[in-house]
Amino acid sequence: MKFGVKAWSKGRARAGVIQLIGEMEIETPALVLSTRKGLPFFISPDLFPSLPSPDSHFLHVSPLHFLEGLTPKTISNIGGLHQMLGLHEFGFAAVPRDSIVCLPDCDSTNKTGASFETPCGRLLIKPVEYMKMISSMNPNLWVTLADEVPAWVSEKRNKTSVDRTLRWLDDCIALNSIGGAVLGAIVGGSSVEERRRCAQEVAKRNVSGYWIGGFGLGESMEERSTLLNTVTDNLPEQKPRKICGLELPEEVLQGIASGVDLFHSTYIYHLTIGGFALTFPLDRTVGNVSTPQLSDIGSDGTKINLKATVYRKDTSPIVDGCSCYTCQNHTKAYINHLLNVHEMLAQTLLEIHNTHHYLGFFRVIRESIKDGKFEEFWEQFIGNRREHIFAASLTA
Amino acid sequence: MALRFEILGRFNRARASQLTLPHFVCQTPLFMPVGTQGTIKGLMTSQLEEIGCQIILGNTYHLALRPTSEVIDELGGLHKFMNWTRALLTDSGGFQMVSLLHLADITEKGVTFQSPVDGKPMLLTPEESIEIQNRIGADIIMALDDVVRTTITGPRIEEAMYRTLRWIDRCIAAHKRPNEQNLFGIVQGGLDPVLRDICVKGLVDRNLPGDICVKGLVDRNLPGYAIGGLAGGEDKDSFWRVVAQCTAALPEDKPRYVMGVGYPLDIVVCSALGADMYDCVYPTRTARFGTALVPEGVLKLKHRTMADDTRPIDPTCTCMVCKNYTRAYIHCLVTKDAMGSQLLSYHNLYYMMKLSRDLHSAIIEGQFPEFVRSFLQKMFPKGDVPEWVCNAMEVAGIDISLCCAPFSSSQD
Repeated sequence: MKFGVKAWSKGRARAGVIQLIGEMEIETPALVLSTRKGLPFFISPDLFPSLPSPDSHFLHVSPLHFLEGLTPKTISNIGGLHQMLGLHEFGFAAVPRDSIVCLPDCDSTNKTGASFETPCGRLLIKPVEYMKMISSMNPNLWVTLADEVPAWVSEKRNKTSVDRTLRWLDDCIALNSIGGAVLGAIVGGSSVEERRRCAQEVAKRNVSGYWIGGFGLGESMEERSTLLNTVTDNLPEQKPRKICGLELPEEVLQGIASGVDLFHSTYIYHLTIGGFALTFPLDRTVGNVSTPQLSDIGSDGTKINLKATVYRKDTSPIVDGCSCYTCQNHTKAYINHLLNVHEMLAQTLLEIHNTHHYLGFFRVIRESIKDGKFEEFWEQFIGNRREHIFAASLTA
Repeated sequence: MALRFEILGRFNRARASQLTLPHFVCQTPLFMPVGTQGTIKGLMTSQLEEIGCQIILGNTYHLALRPTSEVIDELGGLHKFMNWTRALLTDSGGFQMVSLLHLADITEKGVTFQSPVDGKPMLLTPEESIEIQNRIGADIIMALDDVVRTTITGPRIEEAMYRTLRWIDRCIAAHKRPNEQNLFGIVQGGLDPVLRDICVKGLVDRNLPGDICVKGLVDRNLPGYAIGGLAGGEDKDSFWRVVAQCTAALPEDKPRYVMGVGYPLDIVVCSALGADMYDCVYPTRTARFGTALVPEGVLKLKHRTMADDTRPIDPTCTCMVCKNYTRAYIHCLVTKDAMGSQLLSYHNLYYMMKLSRDLHSAIIEGQFPEFVRSFLQKMFPKGDVPEWVCNAMEVAGIDISLCCAPFSSSQD
């Protein structure tokens, strides 16, 4: 893996390039797409070419997904992730936590391993087992085993989580038998001191980048920036920083402002299964608040709920001018019907559009950083969204 | 009439043809996947085109409930609604009513049932079925028939058959778009050859006298015929005999559609006997239960022996699923993740489309008996071809003795 920072904003936000597979360069800040067992939830692989490339080629995989039916030995026999999934031009980042069904369970974690709630029940994952999974999968990037704790744990528990995470980091590196790039896990909960300590310690290790854990587990947005800044201020500039748990556009912007480069967000998944489609404008012009129409009853200006009856006969695409497969081929009326009759195709079409749209959001952010206008973009984006939601609430 | 049916090749009773419909030029024999609610479960129209689907089915009953035929009509018809540019076929709605609603009652007027929405009594008449199908706009529409399960015996079957004939007249009269939509009649009569025969003759004889001729009808005969009332649990021996009898009696120059069929073996046999079109939920439904269609029969991906099997589902299949994925990986997906369902549906439909293409080209290239033998040898490598298949092939004039003999050379 190769990574380099190419442009800076006035603050900590930076734009860079990461190279995972061959010559394929992915620009950062980048969205790492959620998968289930390595493939999107609903978009089958033959439909991948319709998604923006190479933006859509960076996938998140949780090794824990395969505990439900595929042993590490079999995965090795098949030849690792890329071979198993038929996705040779894709970069995979392996992280145990997927923020949907594989969630850290800090109460059951102990000194021997990290506990997760998974579809197979609660499992204790020890470094040795974890590294067996990683080695069989052979991902491009993988994260060391971490003890993530939510914001409300005691100081003592939080300190223990940092100690454990550091110990497991060293264990994982020692057990490492594959060539993939290691992201050292950094925890520390809501304590600035612990965050600093952990970051400084991990920065001393021989890792290719950093994974910032423990966020999206109960901390408030207000305290988050301070904690993130503490971490990134103690990390070398030229190594990538990845994070889980920052899902919404506002949270992503917050993370970018603190110097994070890679985001695994499950926002697309939750929107998709809820029947929502992203519609917020992707251009950077000022004053994007349109007058709310009666037809916006299913919408809050940022996304629409396609189950709403107002779309029953709406023959327009989700977003006018959107070049995704869904908007080029199907209408809101059709998706509304599919949702009403509980047809899986609805989720496929929505996941395609939402992925396309959210990747577009990241692209616009990168452009603003390169133009040196990230801070303005951030402020304006937040301002617009507040106005949209306010206006939508007036018509409700 | 809004279709052209041109036979391009034959082997005894089997025929390969070009069926030109308003939206697509099709090649038969062909299999039609069932897109019940305006979608094939989990697959996009672009994927269906890639696989080679020519015609897909929509279920009138489901679509009339949601989103309603009026909405579909307002939005430009089902083709536009689901963005499918090739051919569509809708059924009459009768079968679902009888099979899905437990208080359906059939009278001369039509099918009375309890609305699943609010429980009120509703009536589906032949006229209304055609009206709904006119609004939906499929290339082929089906007459409302009095469907009776083949497992039923007695006078009910005769009653149903005669009523079907009376209803076809009402359907023809009610059909407002004969230049764009082809109304197929359905041969009923249970397993009774006499009744079937009467029904066939009745349908064929619907050369309507000029004074009943519906305005706009170009041709007075029905554009095509379906063989209904089968695929409902009857024994295979009766099944093939009914198909054989009907195909023998129906006109040569019109397409023959065996409704609700089905298993690949059944399709091969029916094609040998002279049928052209088939539909069934089986390939997609069985995919959702983790079963793949393969030349040997079926492969149950859920089975624990699949968990470490690193072979593709079918090494001879060229679909994207078999080219990229192992049985082990599909095993960990099936019945747990939507993707498993999608990938298997894709493979199964690919298999069915290939079967359709292979049947068509085998007949045209004069290789049909060889194809049938090869098909049976792969499916019954021990030579244990079921007796009904042997009997049917005898009537079809195809020599499969090499496949059936217990000590056949195919075992070497």
